[in-house]
Amino acid sequence: MSQIGSFALLLGLALCAYSFLAGLLALVIKGPGSGRLGETARRAGIASFAIVFLAAVVLVVAAFQNDFSIAYIFHHSNRDLPAPYKFATLWSGQEGSLLFWALLLSAYGLVLRLRYKTDVRLFAYASVIIAAVQVFFLLLLNFAANPFGVMQGSLPADGNGLNPLLQYPEMVIHPPMLYLGYVGFTVPFAFALAALIMRYPGEKWIQITRRWTMVTWGFLTCGVFLGAHWAYSVLGWGGYWGWDPVENASLMPWLTGTAFLHSVMMQEKRGMLKTWNMWLIFSTFMLSIFGTFLTRSGVVSSVHAFAQSSIGDWFVAFLAIIFATCLFFYVKNRSHLRSEHKLESLISRESSFLFNNLLLLVACFTVLWGTLFPVLSEWVQGTKVTVGPPFFNRVNVPVALLLLLLTAVGPLLAWRRTSIESLKRNFLWPAIGALLTGVLLVALGMRPWKDVSYFYSLMTIMLSVLVALTVISEFVRGGRVIGRHSGQNLFASMVQLAHRNTRRYGGYIVHFGVIVIMIGFAGSVFNQDKEQEMGFGDKMTIGPYTLVCQSYTQDDNPNYGSEWAVMNVFKGGKQITTLNPERRFYKASQQTSTMVANRSTPQEDLYVVYEGQNPETGKPIIKVHLNPLVMWIWIGVWIIIAGTVVALIPNAAPVRVPAPARMRAEPVGVGD
Amino acid sequence: MGIEANVPANSLFLSSRAKRRTCSSPSSREAADSSSFALLGMTRISFKRGTQLILLTLAVVTLLGAGDESARVNDLGHRMMCVCGCNQILLECNHVGCAYSERMRGELIAAVDRGDNDDLTLQGFVQKYGTTVMAAPTKTGFNRVAWIMPYLVLVLGLTMVTLIVRAWRSRPLVLPAGAVAAVHGAELEHFRDQARKDTEI
Repeated sequence: MSQIGSFALLLGLALCAYSFLAGLLALVIKGPGSGRLGETARRAGIASFAIVFLAAVVLVVAAFQNDFSIAYIFHHSNRDLPAPYKFATLWSGQEGSLLFWALLLSAYGLVLRLRYKTDVRLFAYASVIIAAVQVFFLLLLNFAANPFGVMQGSLPADGNGLNPLLQYPEMVIHPPMLYLGYVGFTVPFAFALAALIMRYPGEKWIQITRRWTMVTWGFLTCGVFLGAHWAYSVLGWGGYWGWDPVENASLMPWLTGTAFLHSVMMQEKRGMLKTWNMWLIFSTFMLSIFGTFLTRSGVVSSVHAFAQSSIGDWFVAFLAIIFATCLFFYVKNRSHLRSEHKLESLISRESSFLFNNLLLLVACFTVLWGTLFPVLSEWVQGTKVTVGPPFFNRVNVPVALLLLLLTAVGPLLAWRRTSIESLKRNFLWPAIGALLTGVLLVALGMRPWKDVSYFYSLMTIMLSVLVALTVISEFVRGGRVIGRHSGQNLFASMVQLAHRNTRRYGGYIVHFGVIVIMIGFAGSVFNQDKEQEMGFGDKMTIGPYTLVCQSYTQDDNPNYGSEWAVMNVFKGGKQITTLNPERRFYKASQQTSTMVANRSTPQEDLYVVYEGQNPETGKPIIKVHLNPLVMWIWIGVWIIIAGTVVALIPNAAPVRVPAPARMRAEPVGVGD
Repeated sequence: MGIEANVPANSLFLSSRAKRRTCSSPSSREAADSSSFALLGMTRISFKRGTQLILLTLAVVTLLGAGDESARVNDLGHRMMCVCGCNQILLECNHVGCAYSERMRGELIAAVDRGDNDDLTLQGFVQKYGTTVMAAPTKTGFNRVAWIMPYLVLVLGLTMVTLIVRAWRSRPLVLPAGAVAAVHGAELEHFRDQARKDTEI
């Protein structure tokens, strides 16, 4: 098995190297045979997918066959591991996850190389760049982190098993989603660099990459929030985001990718910000690689990171090469990136995108700065400091509030310029609605002057209402106009409106999802927790809930032994549910983990953790968290996914009208 | 199949945590606040009820103190990290078999009980566990740079964007020769296309 896998990796490297070199030669040498040479490079790139896929299949089959002669399988699997987790073995360790990276990259490359007829030359350049990235990962897999390394000495009877924290259903989908996001940014990066190298005329390359970027961004969003949900459900500390370096690594490319998705519209529509967009997508790709470096080099300590290894040096070298290449071609061809238009007014869509980009990049810088400051501090003053949640929350929350404000105002601004009167007219009612919400919350007992966190929470909710009302008013206003002309009801009109400009209205749905998530975050200010030793019949009261310990139960299966509490939950004197917080002891890895029992409602989560037993009294310790509004975070993610899908749907075909009629027609759904 | 059992004798999951105080900060804070309001309402009572007032005041001060202690433990515990390597906030560490968090929480409660102020308490932890025990950089020496930089970048960015916007606005619009003349054919289509782009998102 290991020989087949190793051979496949070696062959994959040879194919990618050929695809890169032959593709490059075909582009540089403009001879009669360059077309044929380019075609062989393209086919080698396609074949590389099949070979890397074979390597991945070999590793998964080895996991299912309990082939512990392969060191990776020994370290990350065991005989009694359930089948889905055996499959997840592929990405559960350092070497396997790098193979998974290479597999996804070759899959993206495959799609790109199959669609080459869209623009043969541009795709040929992009294919060469992707082949170069593939070569790096395959070099790594062959010479620094080979997943098919064999065990020395006698063959072990069983493996060490999968890390207990990873034995959770979401872990089967969270890493693939995240990796699809990370790896996917290679494609827009490749197109951007290709367009720069060949001085590609016009903005067609942006239109080609728009879908790639949105799909990638969607995957990364899912990956980030699946990770948050996993942390919430498995780690048992009652939170979903701890500003851990690995979490930060996934957030940084998401922030720059989000900035790119906005600013790229300025290039498409107005021919502006060309240099900015180019560097934004370069940075997003480099941050994806940097995130991979962070989690694997051991440069920062993290609860999620893979084991420390020497592959960090490889990533540093690769990042340096990418940066140097981008800089070289930028300096060489920067004249190609001159702006075609000027900014006409400060109150315009263009300037809102500029400020939106600025805030997203400041947030990204803060995350990067906070993540790396411990290293810098050790270097400068000889002592390492910790940069944890208090720092990130304090600096990033005001930036997030400003972003929310821009999310509300931005869509109300037209391209080129907006009159103050128009802004006032569109903004008045949403602003009144937001203010009334604030007054209502204060009347209900929220005290923003007591603590800055209450103030932030109130502002978050008010600004979210502001965004929601502007989004709703945009839909309703456009829907009404369509309804007047078509006679359809308002809902049908709004659906038609969204279908006429899916990108715009899909974007609004994404914004709506974002504010739903922000409301969920705002609830964290009111979190409560309580911890207590609980024997039979003992009670604990938290908020409106009373928990009564009914019994403790044990169970055993080949993979793990478990113990859980049976807790009856009462509200208003009436039993509403029974919760079973659990602890598991995984036999192969000899490690323990918690399984949280959570009663989630739109109002709050009752989150119960069985922490273990007090060795002195023998009594179990139960910790209960009452976390308001958490469910809205997950609902918001679904809304974002829906919005992204809507934005990916092609627009409804434009209605052809004669020129004089067009001049009189009110532009609905296709303009401001 | 689950097996019903009493508290198991063979404890599979022995936690290293010993007794802990029950800590529910928001509710205790509310209790303290309502007590203060009660105290304000009692200022105009007659002398006859002076003894009752003194007793009530004592009770309120005691309750207020208790609430403060709980809130302080909660606040300080969220400003420090567990040093076992789990990378979690001290009061949120649920690391199985953690050799540090239980002891550190005990020390924190003891320091607050002793009446040590916040600075003294935190300094004590830094001396014992090193600077990494603090969850955020202090605002002294080089660590100040950590706090200043993000704001500095924001201010610099805002200045840059403002300057860029000004420069763009003052850039003269270069009109092609004969731009005022009527346009036809492909040129008209080009302008129409631009107009369509300008009015789309």
